Amino acid sequence: MSKQSNMSILLKGLLRENPVFVLILGTCPTLATTTTVDGAFGMGLATMAVLVCSNIVISALRKFIPDTVRIPCYIVVIAGFVTIVQMLIQAFIPDLYATLGVYLALITVNCIILGRAEMFAGKNSVGKSALDGIGMGIGFTIALLAMAIIREVLGAGSFAGNEIPFLVENGLTISLLAKAPGGLLVYGLLIAVVNKITKGKLIKKKEFGCEGCPSAASCNGGCADTVKEGE
Amino acid sequence: MDVKALIIILMSSVLVDNYVLNRFLGICPFLGVSKKVNQSVGMGISVIFVMLVATAVTWPVQTYILDKLGLGYTQTIVFILVIASLVQFIEIFLKKYIPSLHQSLGVYLPLITTNCAVLGVTINNITDGYNFLESMVSSLGCGLGFLLAMVLFSGMRSRIEESDIPESFKGLPVTLVAASFISMAFFGFAGIVENLLA
Repeated sequence: MSKQSNMSILLKGLLRENPVFVLILGTCPTLATTTTVDGAFGMGLATMAVLVCSNIVISALRKFIPDTVRIPCYIVVIAGFVTIVQMLIQAFIPDLYATLGVYLALITVNCIILGRAEMFAGKNSVGKSALDGIGMGIGFTIALLAMAIIREVLGAGSFAGNEIPFLVENGLTISLLAKAPGGLLVYGLLIAVVNKITKGKLIKKKEFGCEGCPSAASCNGGCADTVKEGE
Repeated sequence: MDVKALIIILMSSVLVDNYVLNRFLGICPFLGVSKKVNQSVGMGISVIFVMLVATAVTWPVQTYILDKLGLGYTQTIVFILVIASLVQFIEIFLKKYIPSLHQSLGVYLPLITTNCAVLGVTINNITDGYNFLESMVSSLGCGLGFLLAMVLFSGMRSRIEESDIPESFKGLPVTLVAASFISMAFFGFAGIVENLLA
């Protein structure tokens, strides 16, 4: 881990370890806030802000936090930054606050943030953790934008709130894509496309398993045991 | 107390505003633990249980402590801490006093701590301005909706396992596309609740 160059730490979040399409983390906001480009962009930036700040603080505190209580400590740090971001957005961008609603508070339980704290910030230096946060944040924002552009352009016939006359006048919109089922559909298709392009090399995780789950550490693989018992 | 209003809250949170399929909260366990029907039932029941207990604690905390002291802005931090410690407490309690229940539900409990559906439902109850009874009914509805979606979906997944799927779609993509179809089916419930009791 320590031999990674700073550039590769920054860039891996964009494609090789894209949190949404490769690590399959943070599925809830990916599906819920991508109905409009504006919402997706706001969500991406808000998550990135929390991710960078929490990565820096957790990494700075990594030698002081006892291993056994690290998950609750991480959650408190993350929830603190979420509250700050929430208040800033409420004060300065009230429109975005109304669009994102409860999902803003739910950044606290976004697997990406706890996952990066657990997988990266808890083990690496402050500088590297900040870079990791920026890279992952940009990767997350790009992924959300990709989903939102498909869903808003094809679903509502508009881009960032501006109507595209050609699509609307000719009735070429698929309104389903802008609704709840469309989110799941577009996400599934995009992962399939990533699979096809990389011939399944990038996404090693074929199933939605414990590896990516940040609570895996706290449940000691209890979930994996159940799955085994079930089989 | 207006029973009709309570029934509307219950039915709409089970069917129309289904947390998993319409609001995308709790997608992780929905995709992760839905492979077998008995696991989905276990997870679903645990979620109902935790949602009810969490609401029973967070609603008074918000109303009688945070709002009284003007500390409403600490909602996120307080709620996540309350939920996390509550889940720990429930686990210890079950382990000591009701071991049989702990055996069947215990493994799911730690997973629920970071489940966004639980935090989501407690925050939504406050935002929607529900009173205590309405909050409890709404949490029950959300939990039941989660259980319903999980069980339906695990049935669907066992069929997927047997089918011949294109290489790129194997694993997660086909699961998401299947979830989208269930979500589409639930979409048909929109508007049904208002007409049900009209």
